[in-house]
Amino acid sequence: MNGYLIAAYTATWIIHIAYLLTLVSRYSRLKREIEELKKK
Amino acid sequence: MKKAFPILGILTAIVLSYALYQALVVAPTEQTMGEVQRIFYYHVTSAWTAFILFFINFIASVQYLCRSNSGTDRIASGVAIAVGAIVVAAAFFTPVPSGVRPSAVATTGLLITGLYFLIHSRFSRADTDVLAMVSAEVGVVFCTIVLVTGPIWARPVWGIWWTWDMRLTSTLVLWLIYVSYLVLRRFSSSGETPLLAATLAIFGALCVPFVYFSIWFFRTQHPQPVIGGGGSIDPRMMHVLLINWLAFSCFAFLICWSRYRLEKLQREVEQAQAMESLTQSSRSPR
Repeated sequence: MNGYLIAAYTATWIIHIAYLLTLVSRYSRLKREIEELKKK
Repeated sequence: MKKAFPILGILTAIVLSYALYQALVVAPTEQTMGEVQRIFYYHVTSAWTAFILFFINFIASVQYLCRSNSGTDRIASGVAIAVGAIVVAAAFFTPVPSGVRPSAVATTGLLITGLYFLIHSRFSRADTDVLAMVSAEVGVVFCTIVLVTGPIWARPVWGIWWTWDMRLTSTLVLWLIYVSYLVLRRFSSSGETPLLAATLAIFGALCVPFVYFSIWFFRTQHPQPVIGGGGSIDPRMMHVLLINWLAFSCFAFLICWSRYRLEKLQREVEQAQAMESLTQSSRSPR
């Protein structure tokens, strides 16, 4: 398979997965903040 | 609705896998470009998805600005109906570009009006601000993919990674406008930020038709549009393209949904934190 084709498809999924990971990290940070609020 | 999310997630994963299989295996190999042409199934569909998300951002921003006052809200609703009616009338009574069906133009007009009233009925004014932010953020992700996959396709086909032609430059400008929109939202803590962001979003949205039609009105190195505008495409390729678009649209919808819930939760937590600090300051001895 063509190297450029693999590069384009891989880059697409890397960008999507990186964005999804930022969402997961934001969600876990928010969950921690909610726990702290509940403790108070 | 919460129960529907995992089911939709699984369905989207299946559609995305099927679309990938179609793009890499089933779609015929283009004669002049060869295998590298298959980049088109991700590049074009990401561009279309980004445009739709920026359009949702535009409608949500207009509603955020207009719904502060019932008079402007009524005027904006009237304009939305008028735009739909004009597009439908123009589709049947004026010549449309070759290769474009009048019924497709008319459907687009009806969809514009329908989307306006769908957002109007489902989202409060405060929620349209959240929707605008979320659609811009996910739109920037898809636009980034367009700007990354484009040069990867261009290198073997044109022999260069990038050229400052109208389509490429305007897409880069569009991306920069929406990145600046997100930077404004992220780093400005003023109460006027949603208003400023909504105004910026309207200017950004004006750039979208310019990007799309730039290859119709200017001589560019970028290929002609595959739907209308003189370009043509093998029906089997079109089938694969539409499957990939459906898959990425479902994926974008799911990401927007998650991001929307996250943003709403974030705002609730910020509100609770503000209330907590107010209570603490009122309790502390003076």
